[in-house]
Amino acid sequence: MTTTHDERSAAAHAAAGAPRTRKARGGGGAARGERRLAALLLSPTLLVLALVIGYPVLAGFRESLYARGEGLDENGFVVEGTRFVGLDNYTAIFSGDAADAFWNAFGNTTFFTFTTVILETVIGVGMALIMHQAFRGRAFVRASILVPWAIPTAISGLLWRWIFQADGAANAVLRQQILWTADGFPAKLAVIIAEVWKTSPFIGLLVLAGLQMIPKDVYEAARVDGASAWQQFRSITLPLVKPALLVAVLFRMLDVLRMFDLPAVLIGVNQDSVETLTMIAWFEASNLRYGSAAAYATILFGYIALIAYLFVKLLGADIIGEAREQTKRAKRRKPGPKRKAVAS
Amino acid sequence: MRRIPRIGGAVVGAVLALSLAGCGGDDGDGASGTSAADLQGRGPITFVTGKDRSGNLQKQVDGWNAEHPDEKVRIIELPDEPNEQRQQMIQNATTKSDAYTVLNLDVVWTAEFAANRWLTELPKDKIDLSKMLPATIKTGQYRDRLYAVPSTSDAGMLYYREDLLEKAGISEPPKTYQQMWDACEKVKDLDEAKDIDCFFTEVNKSESMTISMVEAIGSAGGAIIGPDGKPAVNTPQAKQGLEFLVKAYADGRMPKSAITLDTEGGRRYFQDGKLVFQRQWPYQYSLANEDDGSSKVAGKFAVAPLPGPDGPGVSNLGGHNLAISAFAKNKATGLDFIRYLTGAQAQRDNLLATSQAPTIAALYDDPELVKKFPYLPVLKSAIESATPRPVAVKYGDVTAAIQEAGYSAVTGDAPVDKALADLQGKLGTLTAQQ
Repeated sequence: MTTTHDERSAAAHAAAGAPRTRKARGGGGAARGERRLAALLLSPTLLVLALVIGYPVLAGFRESLYARGEGLDENGFVVEGTRFVGLDNYTAIFSGDAADAFWNAFGNTTFFTFTTVILETVIGVGMALIMHQAFRGRAFVRASILVPWAIPTAISGLLWRWIFQADGAANAVLRQQILWTADGFPAKLAVIIAEVWKTSPFIGLLVLAGLQMIPKDVYEAARVDGASAWQQFRSITLPLVKPALLVAVLFRMLDVLRMFDLPAVLIGVNQDSVETLTMIAWFEASNLRYGSAAAYATILFGYIALIAYLFVKLLGADIIGEAREQTKRAKRRKPGPKRKAVAS
Repeated sequence: MRRIPRIGGAVVGAVLALSLAGCGGDDGDGASGTSAADLQGRGPITFVTGKDRSGNLQKQVDGWNAEHPDEKVRIIELPDEPNEQRQQMIQNATTKSDAYTVLNLDVVWTAEFAANRWLTELPKDKIDLSKMLPATIKTGQYRDRLYAVPSTSDAGMLYYREDLLEKAGISEPPKTYQQMWDACEKVKDLDEAKDIDCFFTEVNKSESMTISMVEAIGSAGGAIIGPDGKPAVNTPQAKQGLEFLVKAYADGRMPKSAITLDTEGGRRYFQDGKLVFQRQWPYQYSLANEDDGSSKVAGKFAVAPLPGPDGPGVSNLGGHNLAISAFAKNKATGLDFIRYLTGAQAQRDNLLATSQAPTIAALYDDPELVKKFPYLPVLKSAIESATPRPVAVKYGDVTAAIQEAGYSAVTGDAPVDKALADLQGKLGTLTAQQ
């Protein structure tokens, strides 16, 4: 899919840089050979990607076009065999009760994604700033901040379940009688709290890595110029840490869009207030409707792809941007011998 | 504008693909031979079951292996969660693997597994069913054919605080709902029990909700799916049954937190001394009698059959059955092993080691066992009059629909009539072809 396409164009791009320089010196055959070599060198990667990514995606899509026999014969046995149903699995999702359930899950998925990612980003950046400071016991703070991330999600779901049960710690601390784990709005809150607790350290860690790349002298210069702490944060820290931050946020978004285990363990399956799209797909699959489950998964796939695309487009999250910038700059500024070095 | 980063694209693609890859393929062509004549072949087999917590199962299998060196049994333990056990067994069946021989099935899975031809039909004449409780045998049948042999049973009982009832001057456990509420009012007049809750049965949105619905509707003389295989929740009996649950919650006779309490949550609630009456499984009996301080009601409670609107109520049937996978080898050994595990001696040992209720009627009258498990006579009568949960090939969808209806009625989201009308419609579609 996108992957193979992008990889191929990357190869073409890499190869395309070379011929121009070579052609200037009149070496057409060598360029073709180099292109072939590039393709050859990349082919194992492409093959592996096609096998582990391309095939499952296509197989999943194919599955979504079939339905398993559900009718019973006169002896009570299921009539066997799968049949091609075209887009019926998809149209079924958007009609009747299934449509209500779908849009409810779609809403929940989107709601969880936006609320948790925003909260995680704010808290994660805060954590990174704290971890970045030099103070006594810094190693200890860093390690302890990472503990939630290290706990398996299903286990943290169980822990939060104890906290949120009717006579649990949350109600004891709040001195309230909130039924967190009943199907309702508090359940949504419970999932958000547990999710943010668990995954803020992930953003914290990636942002910390970004912070450590910022040279100290930039801050010194800013201090000499009399910039306040807030100004330093807004004009130096934030822009310079942005590439790392955007990557972290993108990963979190992709992850939370297919959230399953936390709400399933913390609140339970089939609970309208926390049901996500993956949970519906799971329910369909566990009731032997593999075609329908694949249809839900394919729709989710498309939704995640759309969100990822928009995010990259709008915010310019650029994962290998730095390398390309260098290439561009080199091309612009230094024509001639240097260019060859960059291109090859 | 080629702003989409290349590696970024690859990573996005990979993450997306993984989200899809979980949905595996299934071509679902079952085997043709599931008739009783197929039970042939002897040799090593496997026994697929949930966790063997007490270690008693391993002991029983060791006993079998010592006597049958050429037909050894290997235990395959599946996850604790029943749904995951079901998933793995289905996966094994859809790939037609011979890795699983004897399956330990929850009573509600029989119809689904049998209808999909994943089980071998068992010869009724080669298994001694006459000593077993008839209600348990029914759970192993699909369309009058035997697919599984009951190995353990389970039924709900009414746990009640004998000490408080006695202090309030009540000598008999209640037989009707009204008697139960009256008794509770009297108990609440006692100084020590002012804040106690009257009653609890599980109404959280899970399988337990289905069980509570089956019991409430069954006690009112109705059924969720009638004897003709058609849904029957549009009857006055079904309405009366669900109204009992709805009113008990709305009137505050059940604790407000009841909609969040699962089986273990209910046990803790009872053990903390916060309940007068509770519908619960037999396993709680010994745990609530522990005198290590974990239970505040040790020695203060007793059990009785569930009450109903006008007389004794109906309990729901739980438990497990043993079946043989349609794709297994050495089915003759499998059948012998099932006979061994469901035999009187093995069930007796199992009861003593794990307190799982047996399916052989005589064990309930065994004086030595009754001494150790005083609830056995009550449990026996509960099982004898118990109803199974709806028999449905699409049980997963059926129970989800029942949970939805029950939960929305109990929490007041939907009036009883509307919840039941919706349920009748959904069940009608789901069971249309049965």
